[in-house]
Amino acid sequence: MASNYDNNFSKGTDLAVIVLYLMMACIGILAIFMVEYNPNTNWATSFISGKTSYSKQFFFLIFCSFVGVFILLTDSKVFTALANILFASGLLLMLATFLIGKEINGSKSWIPIAGGFNLQPAELCKVFTALALAKFISRPETDFTKIRSHLIAGVMIALPAILAIGQHELGLALVYSAFIFAMYREGLPPMILIFLLSFSILIIATLLLEPTLLAIILSVIAGLLLLYLGKRFKRNKQGILIIVIIWMVSISTVRFVVPYIFNNVLECYQTTRIYSMVGKEYDCGLNKKAAASLVESGKKSRKPDDYNVKQSKIAIGSGGFWGRGFLKGTQTRGKYVPEQNTDFIFTSIGEAFGFVGTFTFLGLYLFFLFRLIRIAERQRSTFSRVYAYSVVGIFFFHIAVNISMTIGLFPVVGIPLPLISYGGSSLLTFTALVFILLRLDADRQMVLR
Amino acid sequence: MSVYNQNRGGIIQIIIGTVFFLIVGQLVSLQVVSNKYKLAADNNAIFRKIIYPDRGIIYDRKKRALLENAISYDLVVIPNEAKGVDTAALCDILKMDQAEYSKRIVEAIIKNTRVKASIFEPFLTPEIYAQLTENLYRFPGFSLSERSIRNYPYNTAAHVLGYVAEVDVNFLKKHESEGYEMGDYAGMTGLEKNYETVLMGQRGVKRFLRDNKGKIQGAYEKGEFDTTAIAGKNLYTSVDVQVQQLAEKLLQNKIGSAVAINPKTGGVIAMAASPGYNPNLLTGSKRRKTIGRLLLDTARPLYNRAIKGQYPPGSTFKPLGALIALDEGLITPNYGYNCFGSYGACGDPRKCEHHNAGHAANLQLALAYSCNSYFLQVFRMAIDNPKYSSAKAGYVKWKEYMNAFGFGRKLGVDLPSENKANIPDTAQYNKDFGNPKYWNSCYMLTLGIGQDRMTATPLQLANSMAFIANEGYYYTPHFVDSIESETKEEAAQLAPFRTKQKITKIPKEYFDVIKEGMHDVTVFGTAAFIKVPGHEYCAKTGTAQNPHGKNHSLFVCFAPKDNPQIAVAVIVENAGYGSTWAGPIGGLLMEQYLNDTLTKESQLKADNLAQVDLMPEAIKNWYVRNNKSAYLTPIEYNNDELSDVWDMEMLAEGVVKTKTTDTNPPAPLPNTDKTNKDSLLPNADKKKKLNP
Repeated sequence: MASNYDNNFSKGTDLAVIVLYLMMACIGILAIFMVEYNPNTNWATSFISGKTSYSKQFFFLIFCSFVGVFILLTDSKVFTALANILFASGLLLMLATFLIGKEINGSKSWIPIAGGFNLQPAELCKVFTALALAKFISRPETDFTKIRSHLIAGVMIALPAILAIGQHELGLALVYSAFIFAMYREGLPPMILIFLLSFSILIIATLLLEPTLLAIILSVIAGLLLLYLGKRFKRNKQGILIIVIIWMVSISTVRFVVPYIFNNVLECYQTTRIYSMVGKEYDCGLNKKAAASLVESGKKSRKPDDYNVKQSKIAIGSGGFWGRGFLKGTQTRGKYVPEQNTDFIFTSIGEAFGFVGTFTFLGLYLFFLFRLIRIAERQRSTFSRVYAYSVVGIFFFHIAVNISMTIGLFPVVGIPLPLISYGGSSLLTFTALVFILLRLDADRQMVLR
Repeated sequence: MSVYNQNRGGIIQIIIGTVFFLIVGQLVSLQVVSNKYKLAADNNAIFRKIIYPDRGIIYDRKKRALLENAISYDLVVIPNEAKGVDTAALCDILKMDQAEYSKRIVEAIIKNTRVKASIFEPFLTPEIYAQLTENLYRFPGFSLSERSIRNYPYNTAAHVLGYVAEVDVNFLKKHESEGYEMGDYAGMTGLEKNYETVLMGQRGVKRFLRDNKGKIQGAYEKGEFDTTAIAGKNLYTSVDVQVQQLAEKLLQNKIGSAVAINPKTGGVIAMAASPGYNPNLLTGSKRRKTIGRLLLDTARPLYNRAIKGQYPPGSTFKPLGALIALDEGLITPNYGYNCFGSYGACGDPRKCEHHNAGHAANLQLALAYSCNSYFLQVFRMAIDNPKYSSAKAGYVKWKEYMNAFGFGRKLGVDLPSENKANIPDTAQYNKDFGNPKYWNSCYMLTLGIGQDRMTATPLQLANSMAFIANEGYYYTPHFVDSIESETKEEAAQLAPFRTKQKITKIPKEYFDVIKEGMHDVTVFGTAAFIKVPGHEYCAKTGTAQNPHGKNHSLFVCFAPKDNPQIAVAVIVENAGYGSTWAGPIGGLLMEQYLNDTLTKESQLKADNLAQVDLMPEAIKNWYVRNNKSAYLTPIEYNNDELSDVWDMEMLAEGVVKTKTTDTNPPAPLPNTDKTNKDSLLPNADKKKKLNP
């Protein structure tokens, strides 16, 4: 291997993805630069001093490039071999954060490492989960048409997600749902997807409509279905039963489950964000957790604030069609958007380059995702394909949720925009995801297990 | 391999594409369709700072500045930066305690947040300013900020100039499109208000970028959209500062008004109303202390009586009454009336102040002696003019003349809220006396001697003198002769003041008779003892009955007789005979203007006159009751010091420096109609003693 690695390094590596990767990373540094830019200081000196986020991100990128090259130099078999061990150690690290973790921005999910940098195991665990899931599905003895396999895969995904929730990282936990793409591709019945889709529609409807009205609507739908299908199900009592069960579950979800989750499981601010997405206000007095803390502090309940989303929408909206121009965004310059470096980085692009900029930017992302899907479909080994779809899922979920939340289509959950947002852990994770895929893709003629 | 699921790759692509499509849809609605976000962003981040230009300066006829701009300093604080302040030292300089200091800092934070500058102490006195500049390094976060205020070097013409003040909500509503903002200053009265657009200049706007805490980040777009401030334009008025000062001085301790007009241009030379106030009392830090008191003062020092006061003109109307009759051909200059001391043609005899036969043998004599009977007769002739069908038609014609002389309507002077006073309408008489068929000239007989319901403002009276002096025309009285680098619009604004107002066609010879009569007044008539050194002049005295107490003392005149350069009207309320009080004031004003100085004798007379206290008793009592130390009027023109008046306690004790001969308290007479029907005051010796 060592003798001909030169060949191996370049042969079969998908250059388009590497170019896109570098382009995105550079756009990211530029976007962070726009956020941090201060006309009163010389940007060159502050860049060299390394104290600004954009210079840090630049060093992260250099570091990640080394990691990427290193990954490309490894053997594909390493990943199949180490998948389960990595997954296990990832879970252990996440558990360890509960003990030695450091709290940043209210979530205890960081492990301090040398040089003032912090590592977020939940981020890295995405890579390990992807590998482990691929390993599991590609086992010869796994028959992914069986419900048993679906359940095992589900548990593998749920474990890190639950740990992430424990660390108050709701966003990261949600990302694990992205593995549904890979599972769907490998044979998860479409009924489940349809079921999930209708379930989320039901949840949104719960938010939007009065519970009584919604119950009436659901009953009417169920009644119509029974009338329409009644003839066909004349001898099939099961069908009628299923409809009735679904109707009852829906009603109870609307009336009991959703309010229970909103008031008792989620934090007040989370419920508030969900409600603010549909343009409604949530009374934190209803929230048990908030009520408990209110009793402790003896303060009155605060009015819900959707300041972040408002300012973020203003920033993107003020870009207009052509944008305000590079470094000319007033929202960005005035630091009106909180967390603009990380979760709301899209606003700086939207404000500076307008619709033209955001459209082009989304085009780049879409091209990147479709390129990954193409790579996934050309794999001979199930391992690579499952892994590739996991990467597609993770990227897609991050992009869709992050951008949707900045433009008010999704509640604010703290997840970064891949390759753009400031942050070493995030960049490292996405680098690992992409370059492992590239390594596997280079060996697509091999059958990996 | 699991190729059987290959179509699912396509489905995943469709799902991804759909989500991206939704996102793009929302982006279109945010960025392309709606522009409210851009406005919201601008509201957020662009801070417009108004740069105030210097207001224009107002000059008198000899280019002496009646008002100028002075720099005043405010102590300004940014609470966030005020750390490590030597508060003890600062409190010492500002003469406040620590508690007050903390209170003001909290107020500043509430008003303008921690990061923005707020005024800590406005309008610093020069001493405090000096102390602060020396010690400012000990007070981080504090700075001195300049602001421009008005300053009146001659302490005069407060009513004419008006004042500037911070705009209020009502003002902003009225001037919505003119770009005023809360905290702006604008002219509120007088010339400051009337010429606001000229004086204020054009404000500049600087745009700054501010951050989410309201802190300024720097110029927006490097000042590309900024506009520079253009200074206000100066006004050149016809006011003569010395005449103005003299008029105010002479009216001190009296209620009344004096107006002097240059008949050749209509330019107002002086306009004084008493009680007035020192305009410097309404600038800077003094305003807060003074304005409330001025507003509450029962003598109404903010009220410009010269254009708003309505006075019965009394005998000063007589020359005009004669002009009407002459022009209508009802009398000739030789017309005489045999007066024996009263007029009884309408029943209930009206007294005249003269008994000697022949004092109304012709028009000239009647004017000189101010014979009531003569002018009552002349008035009746005008109303019952055989040319017209009825008394009503005659009255309408008479009123037409009066309006042409500038009475009963606004003259259009360049000051706000001029009063038109009153020349009664026939409707008013119809209402009082029923059908016009039932009333005749006897019903409003005393109009003929400037009483009844006829009123005029001092400005209208002075203007009528200009009309006689010019022999048939006048220029609309005005202050502003020209505006610095006048534009077309500004010239249009001033155009009415440059147009001759000639409405009547009364021939010159009639004016000559009137002038001669008025000249006789000053030679052997009612004003014979008032002289203007070096000049012959024409005048008419008036002693007007009024419902508010003692008679008003009136005096109208113009000089020199042959080439009139100044027309004056003086009114001293409730003072008595026109020749006693208003007359000497008018004489001195003419002397000052024509000779540009007063003789030693006149100077002495002026000083004495200024000391005379003719305030009605009711007003004096009000001062005593309300424990006010003075009427704020006196302004020591001779001393540099703006000393505050003499004490009211002295007044209460009756230790007033000079006192009029008349001491009986003038009880207010509320019944108007009754006084009108009452006869005029019995005659008194014509050679009235002039109080030294």
